Amino acid sequence: MKKSLICVSCPLGCPIEVEIENGEVVSVTGNTCKRGDAYARAEITNPVRSLTTSVKVENGLHPVVPVKSSGPVPKDKMFDCMKEINSVTVKAPVKIGDVVIENILGLGVDIVATNCDSGK
Amino acid sequence: MLNYDLVVVGGGPAGMAAALKAKEEGVEKIVILERAETLGGILEQCIHTGFGLHYFGEELSGPEYAGRFIEQVEKTDIDVFTDTMVLNISNSNVVTAVNNNEGLMQFQAIAVVLAMGCRERPRGALSIAGSRPAGIMTAGTAQKYVNIDGYMPGKKVVILGSGDIGLIMARRMTLEGAEVKVVCELMPYSGGLTRNIVQCLDDFGIPLRLSCTVVKTHGKERLEGVTIAQVDEKLQPIPGTEEYIECDTLLLSVGLIPENELSKDVGVELDRVTNGPVVDEYRETLQPGIFACGNVLQVHDLVDYVTEESQIAGKGAADYIFGKKKGGKFINTKGINGVRYIVPQRVNIEGEEKLKLYFRVGQVYKGAKVVVECDGQILSSKKKVKLAPGEMENVVITPEMLKNMNENSEIIVRIEE
Ligand SMILES: Cc1cc2nc3c(=O)[nH]c(=O)nc-3n(C[C@H](O)[C@H](O)[C@H](O)COP(=O)(O)OP(=O)(O)OC[C@H]3O[C@@H](n4cnc5c(N)ncnc54)[C@H](O)[C@@H]3O)c2cc1C
Ligand code: SF4
Repeated sequence: MKKSLICVSCPLGCPIEVEIENGEVVSVTGNTCKRGDAYARAEITNPVRSLTTSVKVENGLHPVVPVKSSGPVPKDKMFDCMKEINSVTVKAPVKIGDVVIENILGLGVDIVATNCDSGK
Repeated sequence: MLNYDLVVVGGGPAGMAAALKAKEEGVEKIVILERAETLGGILEQCIHTGFGLHYFGEELSGPEYAGRFIEQVEKTDIDVFTDTMVLNISNSNVVTAVNNNEGLMQFQAIAVVLAMGCRERPRGALSIAGSRPAGIMTAGTAQKYVNIDGYMPGKKVVILGSGDIGLIMARRMTLEGAEVKVVCELMPYSGGLTRNIVQCLDDFGIPLRLSCTVVKTHGKERLEGVTIAQVDEKLQPIPGTEEYIECDTLLLSVGLIPENELSKDVGVELDRVTNGPVVDEYRETLQPGIFACGNVLQVHDLVDYVTEESQIAGKGAADYIFGKKKGGKFINTKGINGVRYIVPQRVNIEGEEKLKLYFRVGQVYKGAKVVVECDGQILSSKKKVKLAPGEMENVVITPEMLKNMNENSEIIVRIEE
């Protein structure tokens, strides 16, 4: 069986063909780099996405500070992660890279700040 | 009057990269003038990842990408004035700006880099019937509300236009609990990156309706719904295809326009297609000593390319300042048969370095060839799996190719199906 995918690992968006036999990936073509190969294999077995959102800040210059998942999370866990992230508030000052939630939902990835807020 | 070698107008990724490159090339007195309260430009509100994979080999969010450059600027002696709005540039390169502390300021520059970015096409540019209730805004405005001000502008959303900002906001608002009902695109293809259609719409089951537009808005104080309709080849709504959709928010993602009021005032010639200045391969406009890069020159979808282009402009400005900028013979580039425009518009045939011509196509092509020719001779021909208006392409021109050209030559890029 052949499956056509678009690699979403970077903005180039390479069109990828995956050949699957008995549920196993036998070949990946069309990718420009290694990440595309990894993406295609994961997409067939366990689709994941990186998550970016924002988290409330107390005493910040702005009411929220942007965050991202330190690695990809399973696609079907995105909304559960959002619930968790929206339930916390961090205190300014916040620096890029600060861990906001460690090991979210036990998925093995952290939620980290992607901008700074020096506070009021 | 303050004296500077280089004045950079705009402190987004373009302005910062140009200033840093000029510094690296040895330019001494450089100043960046930015009207917002911080450097970073529009990237500050683009909190999704996907920036920097080509330039840094890492996938960064907008603020992280900008942060890397802000850090570098802070390490140099480049002067930065934030909260400072540039009002005018004279044709002797005097830049007039205003801020609350210093009032009116004048900077005499040897060279100026224009890096003012672009703005979103507002609703006024569209013809939609109905009054103007609250809840109608550009996708970029919504992006600022959600990502910087931390509040959601609505719960039931329709998006008009499938530009990247609209697609990104479809996902962003869905993640925050809104229901994005549909994305309508007037053209038969999307203006956004394919990856954004996959990960922002398909992932969440948000329908993308092509050849479709909003014909009417409903509601007095607050938007209550919109009427959408299919359009024909002439982009006119087809009677009988109207459909009412209940929503409290309509986001417009219908294109970006380079911010060139300052450029026009100083007499910089603009390209009719890009709405940005006409430049040569060093990104110098037809006004000597005035350079342009980033979204003010052409609308970019990848900030990595903005950085690349701005470094060329920064190097060009440095050469100009040191009197090293090469004269030479400049010829025009021209896009035909599906190639809408080319940047740079002018190329020095005595140039000794390889250069790239950036362009966009006017429709989607599959398996078509990009052909470069000059005086009837084919210089290169390359097959592309896919070409789309939403994705900027480039072709390489080598010094060998330029060798046989003369002042009357014209480099043509075209699509061959
Ligand atoms: C609303 C919006 C959202 C975007 N979202 C995305 C996205 O999600 N992903 C993506 O890849 N690309 C996005 N883009 C494209 C993005 O703009 C470019 O990738 C990149 O930021 C362009 O860099 P720039 O420096 O040319 O422009 P900008 O980042 O826009 O920077 C221009 C700077 O110039 C300043 N300026 C303008 N006029 C003056 C003046 N007269 N005086 C002083 N300063 C001035 C502005 O305040 C601004 O800081 C978006 C663009 C817009 C308009
Ligand atoms: S295959 Fe590599 S280059 Fe192509 S989209 Fe994926 S990450 Fe980008």
